[in-house]
Amino acid sequence: MENLLLMMAPLFSSKLLLVLFFGTLFGLILGVLPGLGPTTGGALILPFTMTLDPLSAIVLLTSIYCAGTYGGAITAILINTPGTPAAAATCLDGYPLAQKGEAGRALGMATVSSTVGGIFSVIILVFFAPLLAKLAYEFGQPEYFALAIFGLTMLASIGDGSPIKNLIAGAFGILISTIGKDFMTSIDRFTYGINELSEGIGFIPVVVGLFAISEMLTQSTLLNQVFKRVALKAVKLPSLNDYKLTWKTILRSSGIGSFIGVLPAEGGTVASLIGYSEAKRFSKKPEDFGKGSIEGIAGAEAANNAATGGAMVPTLALGIPGSATTAVILTGLIIHGVRPGPDLFREQPEFLYGIFGAMLIANVLFFIFGFFGAKIFARITLVPNKILWPMIFAVSVCGTYSLSQSIIDVWIMLLFGVIGFFMRRYGFSVVPVIIGLILGELVEGTLRQSLVIFDGNWLMFLTRPIALTFFILSLIALAFPLLRSKKRKKIL
Amino acid sequence: MNNVQNKKRANKSLPFFFKDEFKVSFIIIFISTILLITTFTFDIVPPILNRGIQPATFPKGLLILIIGLTLIIYYLSIKKPWKVEKKLPKTFFLTLLSFLIFVIVSKTLDFFLAISLLSIFVSYYWGERRILYLILVSVIFPIIVFIFFETILGLRFPPGIITNIYYQV
Repeated sequence: MENLLLMMAPLFSSKLLLVLFFGTLFGLILGVLPGLGPTTGGALILPFTMTLDPLSAIVLLTSIYCAGTYGGAITAILINTPGTPAAAATCLDGYPLAQKGEAGRALGMATVSSTVGGIFSVIILVFFAPLLAKLAYEFGQPEYFALAIFGLTMLASIGDGSPIKNLIAGAFGILISTIGKDFMTSIDRFTYGINELSEGIGFIPVVVGLFAISEMLTQSTLLNQVFKRVALKAVKLPSLNDYKLTWKTILRSSGIGSFIGVLPAEGGTVASLIGYSEAKRFSKKPEDFGKGSIEGIAGAEAANNAATGGAMVPTLALGIPGSATTAVILTGLIIHGVRPGPDLFREQPEFLYGIFGAMLIANVLFFIFGFFGAKIFARITLVPNKILWPMIFAVSVCGTYSLSQSIIDVWIMLLFGVIGFFMRRYGFSVVPVIIGLILGELVEGTLRQSLVIFDGNWLMFLTRPIALTFFILSLIALAFPLLRSKKRKKIL
Repeated sequence: MNNVQNKKRANKSLPFFFKDEFKVSFIIIFISTILLITTFTFDIVPPILNRGIQPATFPKGLLILIIGLTLIIYYLSIKKPWKVEKKLPKTFFLTLLSFLIFVIVSKTLDFFLAISLLSIFVSYYWGERRILYLILVSVIFPIIVFIFFETILGLRFPPGIITNIYYQV
């Protein structure tokens, strides 16, 4: 009861409501614009959060996360281009249905299923995160090391790319985290005598570079691309018949999305693909999928929004990001002096339940904005790239500079923009780099402390049941992409 | 789609060292090897201070892992070549050039002048010809961003010919 009241706190604070309002609005705009998204947006807005108190800052970031994930569906349905990678599966049926003159119905279903998925996942978050945090009290350094390894092996199965390329990208991310003074011995590593590198490479320059700047370079190759936008009169609430047809799919996908979200490093993209394929598998009309099936839209959208709450579970309970955007939120927490983990649940419940409540409200807010404003948001896609991207560049540069007031950070951002562009061109996902970078210190630190405990005996890891379980799960995670590709070939 | 197929066809007829798979794998392995060699120059701490392993051990392990995995992806690419999109257009290289100009101008002249120059350069080469819009992206918007960061975040931007006028240095 007390926790429920804490969750309702944002409703009674005009400041938090204002932050939620703008966060949701900004998240929707970012989600609608192809190439941007909640991860880039979160990274760009991070410097601005310094003017806010920790709760407002994280509420802003989480509302961007929730609304941005939904916003991708608007562009997926109207112009057949997912605004965010998580909305890729929505294109498969959303656009064909819109082409049949039912864009309003498609968007209505996407809005309702996203909201249900989002709210379902917040409920999971409220119940599951404290349990996981309690469990984490049992964790010592070896268990945290095994957990981080599990998180990294999960990178193999993210996105559509090659699992081995994802692992290389993840290892690259960890390698970046080793640049600078070794945090245990103060020995310089990969600094090449450059003083600015002694402090290591910041998270924000890398994220903004890999997402915003590399996307700018990608857009420079797509200038002749013409989007065909389907006309939209108004968003329609699903009919009773649509509800009858999809309620099971929405609930199933909400469960799938929340579960996938909880897994370290996974996120909305994987959740929506699995949600979509499961919707097809259970459907009475699987032959309609890909031709404008309303169940397909419901399955994908409920799952990707359900992943938002799920991804916050390991982020808050263990300090292990559940997705690329939660890695940005994790950075936001650290910048504001909040250390995620079990102690946070014991020491600052008002902070945590404030976030949970804000996520719940953000899901309701994006329903209202989406329902009444989708037509206006869709018009944002009409802003030409030749105007939009130079502006994003200006904000990226100033935002990156502002955190440490270092011009080197801006150059690092540009360098990672170029690296990110070529990585994507040759089929390497950039998301593992971000996860690797944020987990790098945890992996190395816990490994070294564990070896001190074990007196250098590596085999001692296998004597710890929780650590052993995570290692076995890691092996399963490495095998998962093979099983998934076989299954997808069969279903899609 | 045709471009991808043409590229794949063209790729098959090329000697192995001209293929994208080889070039990418080679670059990764080459850089990783240089970094691996660098790790041998890291200071060694006495056993009592090394906290489990030497500071160089962890990066060494990572680099060996990257090299090993890259060899695997190269081996797999022989059987199944990568799908690489069409040749990069001129606008890509111009955008890349604008980054270089940005770095030089921000280092030598002024940070905000560099942003303005990049904005007008990119916007123009991406096809914008309307003067009003060029002014919007290269002058008005950077000024708004500058004022926003300066006043709300209390940020002090690096000295330069324009920022010095603002700061009245």
